[in-house]
Amino acid sequence: MTTLKYNHVVINNNMENGMNLTLKVWRQANAEAQGQMTEYKLGNVSPDMSFLEMMDVLNDELIRKGEDPVTFDHDCREGICGMCSMFINGEAHGPNRGVTTCQLHMRSFKDGDTIYIEPWRSAGFPVVKDLMVDRSAFDRIQQAGGFVSVNTSGRTLDANAIPVPKADADKAFDAATCIGCGACVASCPNGSAMLFVGAKVSQFALLPQGHPERFDRVENMVKQMDEEGFGNCSNIGACEVQCPKSISIENIARMNREYMAANLKG
Amino acid sequence: MELINKIPDGPLDQKWTKYKNTARLVNPANKRNIDVIVVGTGLAGASAAASLAEMGYKVKALCFQDSPRRAHSIAAQGGINAAKNYMNDGDSTYRLFYDTIKGGDYRAREANVYRLAEVSANIIDQCVAQGVPFARDYGGLLDNRSFGGTQVSRTFYAKGQTGQQLLLGAYSALSRQVGKGNVTMLNRHEMLDVVVIDGKARGIIARNLVTGAIERHSAHAVVLCTGGYGNVFFLSTNAMGSNVTAAWRAHKRGALMANPCFTQIHPTCIPVSGDHQSKLTLMSESLRNDGRIWVPKFKEDAEAIRAKKLKPTDLAEDRRDYYLERRYPAFGNLVPRDVASRAAKERCDAGFGVNATGEAVYLDFASSFERYGKQQATVKGLHNATHDEIIAMGKKVVEQKYGNLFQMYEQIVAENPYETPMMIYPAVHYTMGGLWVDYELMTTIKGCYACGEANFSDHGANRLGASALMQGLADGYFVLPYTIGNYLADEISTGKISTDAPEFVAAEDNVRKQIESLFNNNGTVPVDHFHRKLGKIIWDYCGMARSEEGLKFAISEIQKIREDFFKNVRIPGVQNGMNPELEKAMRVADFIDLGELMCKDALERNESCGGHFREEYQTEEGEALRVDDVYNYVAAWEFTGNPSAPILNKEPLVYDNIKVQSRSYK
Ligand SMILES: Cc1cc2nc3c(=O)[nH]c(=O)nc-3n(C[C@H](O)[C@H](O)[C@H](O)COP(=O)(O)OP(=O)(O)OC[C@H]3O[C@@H](n4cnc5c(N)ncnc54)[C@H](O)[C@@H]3O)c2cc1C
Ligand code: SF4
Ligand code: FES
Repeated sequence: MTTLKYNHVVINNNMENGMNLTLKVWRQANAEAQGQMTEYKLGNVSPDMSFLEMMDVLNDELIRKGEDPVTFDHDCREGICGMCSMFINGEAHGPNRGVTTCQLHMRSFKDGDTIYIEPWRSAGFPVVKDLMVDRSAFDRIQQAGGFVSVNTSGRTLDANAIPVPKADADKAFDAATCIGCGACVASCPNGSAMLFVGAKVSQFALLPQGHPERFDRVENMVKQMDEEGFGNCSNIGACEVQCPKSISIENIARMNREYMAANLKG
Repeated sequence: MELINKIPDGPLDQKWTKYKNTARLVNPANKRNIDVIVVGTGLAGASAAASLAEMGYKVKALCFQDSPRRAHSIAAQGGINAAKNYMNDGDSTYRLFYDTIKGGDYRAREANVYRLAEVSANIIDQCVAQGVPFARDYGGLLDNRSFGGTQVSRTFYAKGQTGQQLLLGAYSALSRQVGKGNVTMLNRHEMLDVVVIDGKARGIIARNLVTGAIERHSAHAVVLCTGGYGNVFFLSTNAMGSNVTAAWRAHKRGALMANPCFTQIHPTCIPVSGDHQSKLTLMSESLRNDGRIWVPKFKEDAEAIRAKKLKPTDLAEDRRDYYLERRYPAFGNLVPRDVASRAAKERCDAGFGVNATGEAVYLDFASSFERYGKQQATVKGLHNATHDEIIAMGKKVVEQKYGNLFQMYEQIVAENPYETPMMIYPAVHYTMGGLWVDYELMTTIKGCYACGEANFSDHGANRLGASALMQGLADGYFVLPYTIGNYLADEISTGKISTDAPEFVAAEDNVRKQIESLFNNNGTVPVDHFHRKLGKIIWDYCGMARSEEGLKFAISEIQKIREDFFKNVRIPGVQNGMNPELEKAMRVADFIDLGELMCKDALERNESCGGHFREEYQTEEGEALRVDDVYNYVAAWEFTGNPSAPILNKEPLVYDNIKVQSRSYK
């Protein structure tokens, strides 16, 4: 019999390091139902686990006990898809800066901690179930103008026929790294989506390709944003602090300038 | 079954032009009456849906995430290839074609790969026009980097987030069409069956993941862009939801599955840390441009490092073994993935691994910090810069290039890769196998297409880095929009397809029955338990090295897992509502069947090629040994109703333009 070594070896789940935690988790059966915080005790949590792996362990226990596991959004588990979205101890994506929930590891907590886990709360993001919310408003804002109107014929200019100064390209890239997670909305006392929208508007405003439609774009996206029930921006800045991609609040200022310029144009 | 690949005649470099000139067209008025379903909104799906809608077809697109922008393509890091020759380093369409065929170890179709290389340059033009912010140099022009298996720089990138930027480009094109009403987007929907009427794909059955409703959707063609099946291994670099269900259900309805055992194990991933692990994280291949891979030269050093008595940074140069540079001087750290992965495994199996599990090697940036630092000092005219200043400047350059990857590493491992080398180990990453498609990307079900990672078409037995993004966008933007018309031209007078047809009723019934049986078995064990077990078997016996004995054992184990699964799995919660455990269970059921087929396929192929390494077939130096006179074919498997008794069909591979050689990167 050939025996090949299997590399999925247990090294971290030793009892000495295991933490005991109290979890207070928002449970809500569906959009219409009343929700409430429910308490769970979880033992032997390894500091090397990611936060979502800790949630997996909780769910495994719940299923084995015949209870309904906690529903939450997640997919890539490496901080890029923007699906994970937990409000942990009162902060979007938890206590660390520049990371998503899925990148948070249990070493950021200590034995005996009580952790409060809630969904994003905002008029623009209704709860679907437990910790999962509906962020389709972001898609609709994008559909209103977050694009360059160029058909996919491949009959465009040669890519290098449009030089872009590196500084602009880098800034446009930084704005474009927004993952659409919605932490900015969740952390804003007004529930404003300005950081998300500002980032998209900025990406195109900084690039020559975006210029022909710049005024329509900003007007249409802002209009859709307002219709979705997101609040106004009053320059509090919580969004920038809690944004896992550190999207700069400068993008909001740039969007405001674009918007004003669009209004002046009439 | 006779496999007709529909490759046009004529010289290689004229086939695609000739095809486009003669393919039938559908006029704009008729397009408005034709429905197309696109399942999946990754690079392949989003680009296909947007392009078809722009052309005038009525498109419905589905994804299981809450937004099309979150498809797994978003996670691609390193870059996308294109034969632009902007670097003037001798690149050309032919060279990209040649590299891809050779990289795939001579198990891909010439005509498809040539077409891919041909349209590659358009992709970059298209993406730039859409506002994709690729990396640029100080002159404002596009920058390139190198990837494995090539000796030119043809990889376009956006830091370590190339997939994100490309997908957001395709998503914006898709959003534009949704806004115009040309695409109906169904988020949080999972396709669970293809409906075939009189031999033609006429629609799908999908489950609304929020309400649990089972829905019928009809169309004149169905395009599957549902990604790869790497998660059959449980641990992989794929997103948690990536699955084979859509492809597998099509397989059960008549689409052949090609080369399922051709899976890619990527050499540079963060090693496994514990049994709580839910997924593995890739460290992009682009890092091999600047990182050097090594293990200690002497066992006692490896042991001391494992026992944490010695730090890698303390080990002198002459006590290190840069084994890729040693074994493959011509390509060095940039050998293709299959070669690099096996070499890492070889060193670790021999006892030179460097973390507690003994299964990790170093990826070290120290010499790049120094090289870039010196360059910076020269550029800035700092002739008296100290060593520390030079290293600090070098680190800044590396941060510019790979900052997000370094940060990601630190988040997971809690070590700073600017101060100590990264530890890496191979992990499952990509699947070259997939639904068999002809030159038009049509499966063996008429009117059912497969694009992107879901098909088998372009990468043979090993994919080169930065070529999946290229293929996904080529399929969706530039190939399918032409080929689908050739079929739909016959559908202009079909009219709306009714979802009341008995085939729709039967397919829906089938899905309902499966769901009910999963709920009604009185099981007690969570789905993940079975998935982990399956993954371990496949990793052990159908992973980086395979053998006849091991594969036979794996097949019998998988059959046991299947039985156990249906008897003992527990699905909590409700049928008619949000239920992620139910979603997982259906995916795992399909993974079990696929896993068995992968082992069968690997057992059948008595040779080593690319990612498929059969221990019995290797050269004296431990390199893969192909057996061309027997196995130069695509293995296309047919479902028979019994997952343990599939039928093998063969499509011979013909090489008219490239001389088949044994692959050498020395
Ligand atoms: C970490 C990582 C890094 C990578 N980096 C690179 C790189 O640098 N360069 C490169 O070329 N390649 C890279 N790859 C490979 C490349 O990203 C993928 O092969 C490619 O993105 C696949 O695209 P796709 O459109 O075929 O499928 P995906 O992007 O996987 O999309 C699949 C889509 O199908 C949908 N779907 C699946 N099943 C169903 C169903 N049953 N019902 C409804 N919808 C369904 C999903 O919702 C999703 O929208 C990387 C891969 C990984 C894992
Ligand atoms: S701006 Fe930041 S917080 Fe807001 S959606 Fe984008 S990535 Fe998330
Ligand atoms: S799961 Fe993708 S960002 Fe967290």
